[in-house]
Amino acid sequence: MSVSEKQIGDVILRCDNISLSFGGVRALTNISIDVREHEILAIIGPNGAGKSSMLNVINGVYHPQEGSVTYQGQTRRAMKPHETARHGIARTFQNIALFKGMSVLDNIMTGRYTKMKRNFLWQALYVGPNLKEEIEHREVCERVIDFLQIENIRKTPVGRLPYGLQKRVELGRALAAEPQLLLLDEPMAGMNVEEKEDMCRFILDVNDEFGTTIVLIEHDMGVVMDISDRVAVLDYGKKIADGSPAEVRANQDVIDAYLGVAH
Amino acid sequence: MGWMVRGAPDLSVHDTFPKLMLYHAAVRGAHPAWREKDFGIWQTWNWSEVAQEVRAFAMGLKALGFRRGDRLAIVGDNRPHLYWSMLAAQSLGGVPVPMYQDAVANEMRYVLSHAEVRFAVVEDQEQVDKLLEIKSDCATLDHIIFNDPRGLRNYSQPFLTSFAKVQELGRGEESTHPDFFEDSVAQGKAQDLSVILYTSGTTGQSKGVMLAFSNVIMSAKGAIDFDRLTGDEEVLAYLPMAWVGDHIYSFGESLVAGFCVACPESSNTVMHDLRELGPTFFFAPPRIFENLLTQVMIRMEDAGRIKRSMFHYFMAVAKRCGAAILDGNKQVSLSDRLLYALGRILVYGPLLNVLGFTRIRLAHTAGEAIGPDIFRFYRSLGVNIKQIYGSTEASVFITIQPDGMIKDDTVGVPVPGVELKMADSGEVLFRSPGAFLAYFKNDEGTKATKTDDGWVSTGDAGFLDDDGHLKIIDRAKDVGKLNTGGMFAPKYIENKLKFFPFIKEAVAYGDGRDYVACFLNFDIEAVGNWAERKGLAYSGYNDLACKPEVYSLLADCVDQVNRDLANDPHLSASQVKRFLILHKELDADDGELTRTRKVRRGFIAEKYAELVTALYSGQSHCDIEAQVTFEDGRKGTIKANIAIQDAQIYQPMKKAG
Repeated sequence: MSVSEKQIGDVILRCDNISLSFGGVRALTNISIDVREHEILAIIGPNGAGKSSMLNVINGVYHPQEGSVTYQGQTRRAMKPHETARHGIARTFQNIALFKGMSVLDNIMTGRYTKMKRNFLWQALYVGPNLKEEIEHREVCERVIDFLQIENIRKTPVGRLPYGLQKRVELGRALAAEPQLLLLDEPMAGMNVEEKEDMCRFILDVNDEFGTTIVLIEHDMGVVMDISDRVAVLDYGKKIADGSPAEVRANQDVIDAYLGVAH
Repeated sequence: MGWMVRGAPDLSVHDTFPKLMLYHAAVRGAHPAWREKDFGIWQTWNWSEVAQEVRAFAMGLKALGFRRGDRLAIVGDNRPHLYWSMLAAQSLGGVPVPMYQDAVANEMRYVLSHAEVRFAVVEDQEQVDKLLEIKSDCATLDHIIFNDPRGLRNYSQPFLTSFAKVQELGRGEESTHPDFFEDSVAQGKAQDLSVILYTSGTTGQSKGVMLAFSNVIMSAKGAIDFDRLTGDEEVLAYLPMAWVGDHIYSFGESLVAGFCVACPESSNTVMHDLRELGPTFFFAPPRIFENLLTQVMIRMEDAGRIKRSMFHYFMAVAKRCGAAILDGNKQVSLSDRLLYALGRILVYGPLLNVLGFTRIRLAHTAGEAIGPDIFRFYRSLGVNIKQIYGSTEASVFITIQPDGMIKDDTVGVPVPGVELKMADSGEVLFRSPGAFLAYFKNDEGTKATKTDDGWVSTGDAGFLDDDGHLKIIDRAKDVGKLNTGGMFAPKYIENKLKFFPFIKEAVAYGDGRDYVACFLNFDIEAVGNWAERKGLAYSGYNDLACKPEVYSLLADCVDQVNRDLANDPHLSASQVKRFLILHKELDADDGELTRTRKVRRGFIAEKYAELVTALYSGQSHCDIEAQVTFEDGRKGTIKANIAIQDAQIYQPMKKAG
C-alpha cells in the first residue's frame, strides 16, 4: 500500500493572489495555492519565507490585504479563527499551545469545544441530556487516544510530559474536532528520530483512516519528501515552486533558495 | 461462592479446554469470563458470550479450510480474541502455537516453518507487516487473520482476513452445518496435543514443547487445589502469551476454575489497569514486585513529614509481626495485633490500594530468585506472595510454597502429583501429570531431557532441605566442586550478594579451586548516596572503588553472606574467602554481561585473568589494565591498582537440638 494509490479529490481550499504585509514588511506576495481533498500538502521554505503566515491566513488568524480564500465553496477575505474551526479546519502550533496543568484527556476534550451544543452553565451539570452529550464527546476523545496510542498518559497533566508526547497530544486535540482540513505547523520540530517516525506514521494514518486533508509545514526534507503528495515552496513571501516531491527536488529555483543565491 | 454451589467440572468428562468452555457456558453462563479495557472502559464477555464468539470463529476457520491437526499461530499482546482463537483451534482439533509478539520477522520465520503453521491470527498491522515480510519463506502459511483492522484497509492480499469477517463466515457456515462444532469438540481427547509452546531460545535454538490437554489441565488443577482458587478470581493477563506462565495462569487455570481473565488496554498501561481492576490473584516475575516497591519508596521520600514518619513507624510494626499474622502464627502479642490493625487502617490499606492489591488473596512469583527484603515487604503487608518453581516442560508447576510454611530461600514443596528426585550431579528431576509429551520434531532433545519412565531433567541444581522444601541453587551445568570437596554454586552466592542494595553485580569463582573468591561491582547510586551522607568526596565509580571505606562497607555484606552460608550444611564450604571491587562497572557493551544482564563468568575470568590469579595468591594488590567501550563506540583503557581483601570465614554451625 503506498500513498500514491489513494484517491485525491477536488480542490477544497483555494487561496487566490494572497498578499499580506505588516507595516512595510511584505510577508506574502501574490500567493495562490490549491489544496485538494485527501492530499497531504507540504509548505516548505527557508526561515522567514512566510510559511506560518500562510497557515495563519488559511485559518483566519491573519487577514490578508489582498486576495481571497475559498473554502467549501465560500469565498471570503476575513474570517475569525473560531469560525474556521467550526467549518472543519483544525490546527496545531509551532510552539505547543496546550493547557499545561490539565490532563491529556481534558486537553483533547477542549478540541470538542466547537461541537458542544450547550452553554457552560449546562455543562456544569452532569445530568440528563448533557450527560449524554458528554459521553458522546468522551467517546470521540477515547477513539483519538486509542488512535494515537496515548492510553497510558490519559490522566497525566500535559506539563509533565516530554516534548514529543506533548506534540502528539496537540495533534490529538486537533483530531478531536474531527476536522476536514488539518493544518500542522512544524509537527516534528525538535523531535528525535524515533519520535519523528512515530509522528509520520500518525500523520499518514490520519490521512488514510479518516480521509483528512493535511497541510503541513516542515523543515525536515526527508520527512517532507516521504509523506507529502505535493510540495509548495515559498521564499521571501513568494511561491517559487509547486508540484510533486520529485519535481520540487529537481527545481532550480528551489535549489537556489536553499543553497543561497544573491537576490 | 457460585463455584462451590454449582460444583466443579468433572475433569474426566470435561477433559479438553473447548469442553470446559462449553461446561462453563452451560452451568454459569452469566459469570464474567474475559475483560478487556478498550476506549477507556472495561468491556466484559461472560462465558456464554465467549462460547458463541469461539464457535463463530471456529466455524469460520472451518470454512477457510482448517483441518484437524492444523497448526494456528497466535501473535500479539494479550487480547481476548487471541485467547479465543486458541480455543477455536482446539475445538477443531487443531493446535495453537502462541508466539512472542516482540520477536522480529526473522525469529518468527523459524517458528512458523518449524511448526508448519497454516493459519496465523495476529493482533494488528504491525504483526501483519512482519508476517508479509517472511510469508514467501513459510510455505505452509495459507491464511493470516488480523484482529485490529486499523491501517489495513488498503491491504488487498487474498489470504488476509479480519477476525470479524471470519466470524461472519462462520455464522453462515453454521446454518449448513449446525452440529459440526459440538461434534468436533466431542472428538477431542485428554491425551491430544493441546498447544506447542516454543521456548524463548536464549540457550541455543528454541524448542517446541508439546503439551497435551491433560498436562495443562492436571497441572492447573493441582495448583488450583493447592491454593484453593475459586471461579470468582480476577486475574490480569499481561505476560507474553507464548510464555508457559501466561498459558497456565491466564488460560489453563481460568478454564479449569472458570474465573475471569482481564486484558490490559496496552502494554504501557498495565500498572494503571492493575490498580483499577484489583485482581484477587496475581502472578509476576520478581522484577515487577521490585519495581512496585521502588516506586512506593521513592514516592514516600517525597511525602510530608507526618506521613513519612507514620509510614516508617507502621512499616516497622509490619516487619515485626505482619508475616507472622499472615501465617496464622499464634505467638504474636496482643499489642502488636492492635498496632497492626491500626496500621492496616492508616497505612497498609491505602498502600495496597495504590498498588492495586486491595483484593489480592494470592500472588505467585517465579523466574528468578526474589530478594528476601522485597519478599518480606509484601508478606508483612498481608499479601500472600509465594515463590513457585516450574518450567515449560512441567506445564509450570513443580513446587509451590505452602501457606504458613514460607521460607525466603526455598521454592516450597512439590505440588500434589509431582515427584522429585535429585540426580547424582545434584540436578533436579521431576515426574508429574504436567510433564510434556515431547519436543516437536526433536527426538534427540526429548531423549536428552525425558527418560522413558517419565523423569524430566530441569537443568537446575538443588536439594531438599530438612522440611522437604526444594532449594534451587544454580543451573546444573554451572555447579562445580571446590578442591576441598564442597559443592560450589556460583549463582547462589552471587544472588545472595546482589540482594544487598549496595552490590550491583558479583562474579564468584571456586570451581576446581581451594576456596571461593569473588569480584564485586557496587551500585553507584546506592553507594554514591551513602558516600554523600557520610561526607565522603568522590569523582565517580572509579574513585569510589578504591576507597577503603567502600571496601569496609562491602566487606560487611560479604561477612553477612558468609554467616548465612555457614548455617547451610550443603554450602558452608563456599563462603567467600577473598574479594575485590572491580575498577569498572561490568557492561554488556564490553561483552561482560549478556543483553539480559547476566554475568558471563567465563569471559570475565579470561579478561581479568591477572585478577583471578591474584585472588588465589597471597597478594594484597594487583595492577590491571582493562579495555572499555564508551557509549559512542570509542575504545579506551583504564589502569588501576586494585586492592584485594580477605573476609572472615565462619565455622559451620551445628544444628541446635
